[in-house]
Amino acid sequence: MAAPVVGRAVPRKEGRSKVTGQARYVDDLTMPGLLHGVTVRSPVPRGRIRGIRFEGGLPWDEFTIVTARDVPAPNRIALILNDQPCLADDVINHAEEPVVLLAHADKGLAERARQSVVIDVDPLPAVLSLDESLSGREVIWGTDNVFKSYLVNSGDVDAALAAADIVVEGEYETGAQEQLYIEPQGMISIADAEGITVWGSLQCPYYVHKALTTLFSLPDDRVRVVQAETGGGFGGKEEYPSHIAAHAALLAMKSGRPVKLVYDRAEDMVATTKRHPSRTRHRTGLSHDGRLVAMDIDFVLDGGAYCTLSPVVLSRGTLHAAGPYYCPNVRIRGRAMATSTPPHGAFRGFGAPQSLFALERHMDVVAARAGLAPDDLRRRNFIVQGQTSAIGQVMREPVEMDALLDRALALSDYHRKRETFDRANGHSPVKQGIGFASFLHGAGFTGSGEVHLASVVDVEATADGHVRVLAASTEIGQGTNTIFAQIIADTLGIGYDQVEVAQPDTANVPDSGPTVASRTAMVVGKLVETAARTLQQTLVDAGLLGTGGTGDAFIHACRTYIGTHGALRARSIYSPPPGVQWDDEAYRGDAYGAFAWAVYVAAVSVDTATWETRIDDFVALQEIGRVLHPVLAAGQIEGGVAQAIGYALLEEVIWRNGRMANGQMTNYIMPTSMDLPPIRVFFEERPYAHGPFGAKGIGELPMDGVAPAIANAIAHATGAAVSKIPITPESLMATIDRQLEAARV
Amino acid sequence: MRSFLPHYSLVAPSSLPEVLALLGMSPPRRPFAGGTDLMVLLEAGTLPEGGYVGLWHLQELRGIKDSGEAIEIGALTTYTEIASHPLLQADWPLLCRAAEETGGVATQNRGTIGGNIANASPAADTPPALIAYDAELEIVSTRGTRRVPYDRFHTGYKQMDLGADELIARIHLPKRPGSWRQYYRKVGTRRAQAIAKVCMAVACDINADGVVDDIRIALGSVSPTVVRARAAEAALRGHGLTDATITAAEAALEREIAPIDDIRSTARYRLRVARALLREALRL
Amino acid sequence: MSDAAPCTIRFVVNGRAVDVDAHPMARLLDVLRVELGLTGTKEGCGEGECGACSVLVNGELVNSCLTPVLQAAGATITTIEGIAGADATLSALQQAFIEHGGAQCGICTPGMIIAATSLLARHPDPTEAEVRTGLAGNLCRCTGYMRIFEAVMKAAAR
Repeated sequence: MAAPVVGRAVPRKEGRSKVTGQARYVDDLTMPGLLHGVTVRSPVPRGRIRGIRFEGGLPWDEFTIVTARDVPAPNRIALILNDQPCLADDVINHAEEPVVLLAHADKGLAERARQSVVIDVDPLPAVLSLDESLSGREVIWGTDNVFKSYLVNSGDVDAALAAADIVVEGEYETGAQEQLYIEPQGMISIADAEGITVWGSLQCPYYVHKALTTLFSLPDDRVRVVQAETGGGFGGKEEYPSHIAAHAALLAMKSGRPVKLVYDRAEDMVATTKRHPSRTRHRTGLSHDGRLVAMDIDFVLDGGAYCTLSPVVLSRGTLHAAGPYYCPNVRIRGRAMATSTPPHGAFRGFGAPQSLFALERHMDVVAARAGLAPDDLRRRNFIVQGQTSAIGQVMREPVEMDALLDRALALSDYHRKRETFDRANGHSPVKQGIGFASFLHGAGFTGSGEVHLASVVDVEATADGHVRVLAASTEIGQGTNTIFAQIIADTLGIGYDQVEVAQPDTANVPDSGPTVASRTAMVVGKLVETAARTLQQTLVDAGLLGTGGTGDAFIHACRTYIGTHGALRARSIYSPPPGVQWDDEAYRGDAYGAFAWAVYVAAVSVDTATWETRIDDFVALQEIGRVLHPVLAAGQIEGGVAQAIGYALLEEVIWRNGRMANGQMTNYIMPTSMDLPPIRVFFEERPYAHGPFGAKGIGELPMDGVAPAIANAIAHATGAAVSKIPITPESLMATIDRQLEAARV
Repeated sequence: MRSFLPHYSLVAPSSLPEVLALLGMSPPRRPFAGGTDLMVLLEAGTLPEGGYVGLWHLQELRGIKDSGEAIEIGALTTYTEIASHPLLQADWPLLCRAAEETGGVATQNRGTIGGNIANASPAADTPPALIAYDAELEIVSTRGTRRVPYDRFHTGYKQMDLGADELIARIHLPKRPGSWRQYYRKVGTRRAQAIAKVCMAVACDINADGVVDDIRIALGSVSPTVVRARAAEAALRGHGLTDATITAAEAALEREIAPIDDIRSTARYRLRVARALLREALRL
Repeated sequence: MSDAAPCTIRFVVNGRAVDVDAHPMARLLDVLRVELGLTGTKEGCGEGECGACSVLVNGELVNSCLTPVLQAAGATITTIEGIAGADATLSALQQAFIEHGGAQCGICTPGMIIAATSLLARHPDPTEAEVRTGLAGNLCRCTGYMRIFEAVMKAAAR
């Protein structure tokens, strides 16, 4: 029997092709007769299209030109509400909305043509902030600009607030964030009356498949979606690729030629989705002994011009808004609002980083008002096994936040540093601080999402005992191929090298659901394991393999079985773990199958000459069930922490008239190798009964707790009442100025 | 790539006289050095269309040499060459600092000091150091050679004292006693690959009595051009570095710079940081 | 001479002499990827910010998106395809990137390995600070760089 590989750092499956430059991403693919597509976009945030002019004396007859008139009715990209057009027709609802598509064999000429199309628009009033949208003065969506609202209500919040010994209010804001995968988005399509094939950079092959079958009214088997190697996604390639695929397919269909539509960085940044900006208001009631008696939370997201995924982002944000605490009286009102910016969309964490920033920053403010240490307040309120959350979820699995907090504070030398910094800061131009956040992240789709998805995984064996995983889960850097192969290898007792993972291609793989929501390892990985067990059972039932039979016996059994039956294949379909219940109507129940739990600690220095923050140390401690692959798992955490450090300190989308004004890598500032502290990652392993080999989800977790830990550290260092991210030097200076001003008055 | 290549041309004659002859023709071709600025504009679709003359291979405009009176830096000398040059490291360290804080290694290998000057960005990293060192530019054309003190070269936003037919050939740094106090700090949008939000270079001669005999203060990103802070210098020259003089110098500085709000920072922040850097420089 | 028209430019890439017909201001990146099919060199930003297009020109690290192909005339160029040995043996860096998790999505990896190769040529035994400085022009959005630093240090130690 092969040595177990789960828990070991086996080489990444596609590692060799990536380090040698052989891996093929969409822009690396070409085809005979290829045309290059470009997208002409709206110059204003809102208006009515008066006309389209093709200027510049170009040979327009050589171009394939697609407008809304070429799009099959009803001109919608299928997602949740199907409200977003494929190409704008008549009305413009956001800056950079696609209006015209062009294709030409000469890429340079195609770009020149893009610049030569003039869209005449009669402007309409745009709604450019959450406040404007909430005011309802200009209604741009539905009757009240509200895409979706949720209300969580447990206990009697108003009575509890009235009776509380201390009530602390706070308002917190988070900005938009660009995913900034290093590979811009793109698709290649061939299409004719028979059907459509697209190859592209994407996370969710079946989302694209559904968008294309719906738009073109084609049966499932006439649309084929193939994932090319994908250079990062982080949610940014969850829903937007459906648009590019539809655009490429329209151009391919009209021209009868293959069409490549790859965005340059500038287009990718201004046109595609970003993390939802948010505003959260907290009103928190505390008893004299530091127990939470009431949490009243108002959570608002800026969804942009179309609904897209905002309802589900809002849901996850709402369900995480009360964090890892027990409180008997909780009201959470969540709303996603329409504005005239490009739609905001999926991004690692999916609403939770926003609501958890507010909560964990607020907890430090509450602690200070109550005269408690930040860790003391939290300790008095951590939820424990057996308690019921505000959402009505009973914590069936062990919850050990206390122990996590102890260990994280010890690893970061929190108490000693806090004292030392307090003593030294008074007379130093550089102020040091330390802060933490304690948080949770639900793995898998929210509520009944997994039941509705009903994901499917196939595995098949070959006569030489190789096993192939057939799943729609995409490898986007996080390690899907590797962990699936590990799970198969140890389930069947075969070698890691005997397992291959099929390229996601809707012609060959079943719908395993989207590659999102930290669900790939835990949910799809479990399906992979189950399918492998079924495959093994088939051999056992055929009398070809003993129950513990592995290795050579497995190969022999496969050969014999396939010799007789022609093929050996097994399928598994999702069913929820026993007892998991969610009530969509009441918006109550088991919000997630499992949670990952974490405490993150940041130590910072703030230079009072420049208000620059440097992170000196970062400790990330989490409980994620069993660690399937130590290097991949640590890499997920480190990468997430780095991205979240950008979110906390550097990454600011500057909006001008509803358009991103700093849409270049030079001016949208992500961390370089010089900007990050040592990121120290630690795991607690508590195997989860319903995950493969005990694993829970991990991918999004690190996005949630970094910004509040850093904000709390900066507040400790400077005394600044930080309530908004990113905490740029400019904003920190302004915050402190305002405080000094207020103190003088 | 948003520019349309057929509307551009690029030639690379093998010698400086041929290059100057091309620059002197009508319509003039524009010089093209390492490409680290111009190729960015080409990508963005904002590079002026027309003819360009490649300079990259011109050996006569490369290298760092000691002429006795001064150090001469060829305009095509790269940031990498500047940052690693022992003479500069010893006596002109601010220039080395500026060079190693410009972009990453790849940019430093191709970016040239002449290009950094001629690109005329108010946020450029090496110009404040050059002003602090009293640099002089040697400018050549078919009409001959002339010298311009660098602190008078930039005349307005992206404007400079350089004819269409002229080329910056060399930068001269006068020798000065190594005892001068020196300061350089770039406050950028991040720690590497950053554009300056405020940048300051100071070179200061303080005599045995603690009095400022001479001083040069230069700033980037706080005015339409890189600027020399003459009023702040005047407030310090002849004075000891007391709190009162430093405060007076800060006030003078605040009056002579004109920072703006843009996508990288705010006027208010730039003003405050410029003052703080001056104080930090003088307290060293 | 009509200098806007394509000209023939000769250089050596990964040990192979090539002649390409290209506009002199064409990006070396496009010439490598489109004319020569060397698609291992990636485009992340087109403005010299991300380093995904890093190649070695005469042993020096450059961004091929900022290099007009005319500047490559007569040069010796190494791309990611030229890093492994002729028998496809991975370089110590490539091996270390696989073992230590230096590559995730892989799109920055070719440029990162080229930059690290250049770094180790200059500093065979680098400090972590030198590694950070040497890779500061290469952006990675997946790893948080920690595993890249580790891979480079481990490769140097080999």
